[in-house]
Amino acid sequence: MPDFLQSRGFSRTLPLVLFALAAAIPFGLSDYDTNLVARFLAMGIVALGIVLTWGHGGILSLGQGVFFGLGGYAIAMHIKLADLAEGEIPDFMQWSGRTALPFWWEPFHSPVFALAAALVGPALVAALFAWAVFHRRVSGTYFALITQALALAFATLIISRQDVTGGFNGLTNFTSIFGFLFAGPGMASALYWITLGALALSWLGLRWLLGSRFGTVLRAARDGENRVRFLGYDPVPFKVAAFALAAMLSGLGGALFTLNAGVISPALIGVAPSIEMVVWVAIGGRTSLGGAIFGALAVNLARDAISSSFPEGWLYVMGALFILVVTLFPQGLAGLLSSRSGKRGENPA
Amino acid sequence: MSALLHVDAVTVDYGGFKALDGFSLDLAQGETRVVIGPNGAGKSTLCDTIIGRVRPTHGAIRFMGEDISRLSEPAIVARGICRKFQAPGVLPSLTVQDNMALAARTDRRWWKALSHGIPAAERAFVAETLDRVGLAARAGTPAGELSHGEKQWLEIGMVLATRAQVILLDEPTAGMGPAETRATAELVRELGTSRTVLVIDHDMSFVEQLEAPVTVMHQGRLLASGTLDEVRADREVAAVYLGHTA
Repeated sequence: MPDFLQSRGFSRTLPLVLFALAAAIPFGLSDYDTNLVARFLAMGIVALGIVLTWGHGGILSLGQGVFFGLGGYAIAMHIKLADLAEGEIPDFMQWSGRTALPFWWEPFHSPVFALAAALVGPALVAALFAWAVFHRRVSGTYFALITQALALAFATLIISRQDVTGGFNGLTNFTSIFGFLFAGPGMASALYWITLGALALSWLGLRWLLGSRFGTVLRAARDGENRVRFLGYDPVPFKVAAFALAAMLSGLGGALFTLNAGVISPALIGVAPSIEMVVWVAIGGRTSLGGAIFGALAVNLARDAISSSFPEGWLYVMGALFILVVTLFPQGLAGLLSSRSGKRGENPA
Repeated sequence: MSALLHVDAVTVDYGGFKALDGFSLDLAQGETRVVIGPNGAGKSTLCDTIIGRVRPTHGAIRFMGEDISRLSEPAIVARGICRKFQAPGVLPSLTVQDNMALAARTDRRWWKALSHGIPAAERAFVAETLDRVGLAARAGTPAGELSHGEKQWLEIGMVLATRAQVILLDEPTAGMGPAETRATAELVRELGTSRTVLVIDHDMSFVEQLEAPVTVMHQGRLLASGTLDEVRADREVAAVYLGHTA
């Protein structure tokens, strides 16, 4: 590999160049394609959170779809309510024979509440859950299994309460958000830039966090939780904070995905999507923020291309890709790059 | 001399098997003590019990008069007791310096970790401790790339860096050659001048070099104690060791 690829200047300019290129996409692509990339960028935010918990914290969650869903549903509930005339209730509620809005839908009339719920809701749920589990020193495979069960339970709950959740169809048919029409001119580009901005800010924030002493303790607890404990640290709050922040990013990704895709449904948040989120990161490189974004984009682009021509083929391709990467390149594509360049230690960028 | 650490008639019962059986031990401030004994004598369980990894079924561990046997592990470290594990417990993906800085941190709460670099007040101490265990030149190396002996020294350094008064060293020379063992003995003797040290080891040449009083354990009990020559002359000790090597 040429030397310039490893130079400090290059590693500093590359993200800027990529960001500038990404920002130009709405000028070069159709609204349809811009919207598609925006959805994938939202997935990239979810992937960043998984780098924090799994890559640096050693906490494998197979339930990130739950937090993605909490973010997505929070914003979708607000949109459904905002589209209504005074005294009306959402269409699917009427079809199910309901006459009044459930009380817990009421606060979602407020856009501020909905936005806060999309971010704080997942973080709060994740923090409570993680605290209860980590406090009992449950980790590793057991933790992964519990989170998977959580994803299954959450999706099942939503499907079973069609009258208040929209059931299997989810929430869709959005008209406007904060007074802007989804079908309006420039809306696809605006949502794209908002998503790109959120991704960039998340990347910067995590880069800072992983480089801080917090990141060091997190990696230390991943590699030797007992050693860390017997050096006088309580690793539980570090892991809880990391897990809650990852959930918040998952919620942010879910909210932005919902805005771009115009739909949130159980099929996007259950067990299979939750595992797919981990696969993006495994392929991109679990300790690398840039790798995870790349993984989310590349896998979703491939999925889009393959599933439109061979609808049944995608799961096999993804399974094969996952096995290949995990057995041959445990540090993912990013690991492939840094091991070639002989870099030492972990590069969170 | 009043005891700094007082292991008071501790029994650890693993469902009928007594790893420690009414074992008592006093460590005076500034003392260096060596604990030897055949495999399964309860030496590692003794360390586990002192640091809170294992809770005594009966008895108590008193540190400066306080019963610490029900405290959490971090609370015991905060009181001033730290242990080097048998298999080196360094953190492989962190650099040698980050390992040391992690141990040296005085405020270990998570929100105090939300900034970069080693706090200015701790920088000199980290450098000094690295120097003390001979790893200053390796500061930037990931700990996973150190030789086995270097890992042992790094972990001894980390235990020191916690500013613990009482240091438990569980087989610090495991896997070391004679030259490394000599250097480690030198280091432990030097530690003994400022800290209270409890050493567990099998290697008799190392124990000789420490020139410290020896306690012999067998089946969770005290078998003998005295100078190394005294315990060597003890018939029971000889029987236990011969019984195991035969």
